Amino acid sequence: MKKLSKMFIALTCVGALLAGCGSGNTAQTQTPAPAQKPAQEQSNSGSTTKTSGEPVTAVGSTALQPLVEQAAKDFMAKNAGAQIQVQGGGSGTGLSQVASGAATIGNSDIFAEEKKGIPANELVDHKVAVVGMAAAVSPQVKVDNLSKQQLIDIFTGKITNWKEVGGEDMKITLVNRPKSSGTRATFSKFALDGKEEAEGITEDSSGTVRKIIAETPGAIGYLALSYFNDTVKALKLDGVEANAENITSNKYPVWAYEHMYTKGEATGDAKAFLDFILTDDVQKKTVTELGFLPITDMKVERDAEGKVTQK
Amino acid sequence: MGHRTEGVNTERQSMIAQKMLTTNKRQKTENITGRTIAMICAGLLVIVVLSITYFIASKGLSTFFVDGVSFKEFLTHDKWDPEGEPSAYGVLPFILGSFFVTALAALIAAPLGIGAAIFMTEIFPGFGKKVLKPVIELLVGIPSVVYGYVGLTLLVPFIREQFDVLGFSLLAGGLVLALMILPTITSVAADAIEAVPQDLRNASLALGATRWQTIWNVVLHSALPGCLTAIVLGMSRAFGEALAVQMVIGNTTKLPGGLLDPISTLTSGITLNMGNTIQGTPYNNALWSMALLLLAMSFIFIVILRLLGRKRLAK
Repeated sequence: MKKLSKMFIALTCVGALLAGCGSGNTAQTQTPAPAQKPAQEQSNSGSTTKTSGEPVTAVGSTALQPLVEQAAKDFMAKNAGAQIQVQGGGSGTGLSQVASGAATIGNSDIFAEEKKGIPANELVDHKVAVVGMAAAVSPQVKVDNLSKQQLIDIFTGKITNWKEVGGEDMKITLVNRPKSSGTRATFSKFALDGKEEAEGITEDSSGTVRKIIAETPGAIGYLALSYFNDTVKALKLDGVEANAENITSNKYPVWAYEHMYTKGEATGDAKAFLDFILTDDVQKKTVTELGFLPITDMKVERDAEGKVTQK
Repeated sequence: MGHRTEGVNTERQSMIAQKMLTTNKRQKTENITGRTIAMICAGLLVIVVLSITYFIASKGLSTFFVDGVSFKEFLTHDKWDPEGEPSAYGVLPFILGSFFVTALAALIAAPLGIGAAIFMTEIFPGFGKKVLKPVIELLVGIPSVVYGYVGLTLLVPFIREQFDVLGFSLLAGGLVLALMILPTITSVAADAIEAVPQDLRNASLALGATRWQTIWNVVLHSALPGCLTAIVLGMSRAFGEALAVQMVIGNTTKLPGGLLDPISTLTSGITLNMGNTIQGTPYNNALWSMALLLLAMSFIFIVILRLLGRKRLAK
């Protein structure tokens, strides 16, 4: 009896430890699984002359992931035998995986030049879409427009109450993305002129950030335009609304390219896939449907240093 | 105890002797293959553990040996800004956050868990074993992200309205974690209490002790190492938990100021940033160092468990 109970304790311990380990890992293991299955199914259906059938892996930015996933699905439906596997993991993962050769395509929200430790000269940039970002506030905040200076003062912690910018008497709560996030880098660079943000609530996923902003009175954060819905309100910046027209002409400056990097020039299926994403079919339909702006609509061009030129 | 093992041994020996008479080749090969498979499994396990430790250590230590961050600065400074100029790698806020939230969770869950264990073994054993225990163990199966989401949807707004604060706080993290480690503590403690010999209870009652005196002075006293094991096990789970805590704690990198302040923990710091940093950069290495710290902590927890186990054996 004693032995048995001891063994049971040991088993419970092991079980508890396993449960503890398992729960922590779910986030990482979840993403690759669904992407792999359709690719394998495709490989069984035989290959045509058009595609080589070599598996193409696209890893990285979670913001870009839905777009690439949809495009991959359409691409594989059109080209039997093509295998495109799409995984998340973050822009940093995408860039380092493609640089090390572990992935064919590295998805990223930011230029490779902006990340330290990436051999940017070895990578070829394919810009596939543009995404705008805007300051998001909870609907209770009765402010619609902020000047850039006001926005900077809010995010650096100088202004701490909405009444200082013409709103109600309500405390301001900052909702940030982690320091390494690509969205944070873009917002900080183009909306805050690179000023360092004060500490606030930090959450990783845009969905959670939106939920927190919607439910916390007086909260302010920033989101990609594809994440806005009825629960959060987008603020105008210096009176300019964050819409397609203003972004394509750079009147509204807070936007970023969605990049798909390859190591060296793209070849084979990877090239065919990248060309496919740039076709009007994808750009006019999938890209806009998912809340991005077609790269083909842009009237300006911006380089890694942030210099803007007319196209 | 010695007497009983002897009995079992002789019984086994006679059984084995009987089998020996009918030994054939098949049994022998089965024996050998069984042993080989067991050895391979054990060997693989050892290799996996060693290589994980080596991998995390080699990555985590390069913060100090390759990037030249001083060990003291890493552990004792409170400024965390790996991408800034100049960069700062103080993880003290994360360490303190992890410790505080774990301690708070243990403070809440330990009395509750041991209380529930006493209830289901001593006070109401029939209902306890048939209904309460399975129900509590069911809580283990809920994914941590669900706990986090429930915390984010119910607990955080509740705290915000009650105390007129943000809601994202040490308190929210502690409460969510307490709920998560409650089943571990309860079931391990219940097993420990159940293992206390019935003779002790009878003797205590015979001496005129009340039921409560028996539970408090005799049963709990002899089950103490087991209950401590339960608490340490719960704490080690709480210390390593990432997702649920990350969602309700606010992840603000500053020294914790009070129960209602947002803080961040080692695990949330790692999960928030790992995907966006480049392998081999000082930032990424610093995250690995934090992981190494977590690994070291889990070793410490295991050592504590071992010591507790030895104490029990010594008795």
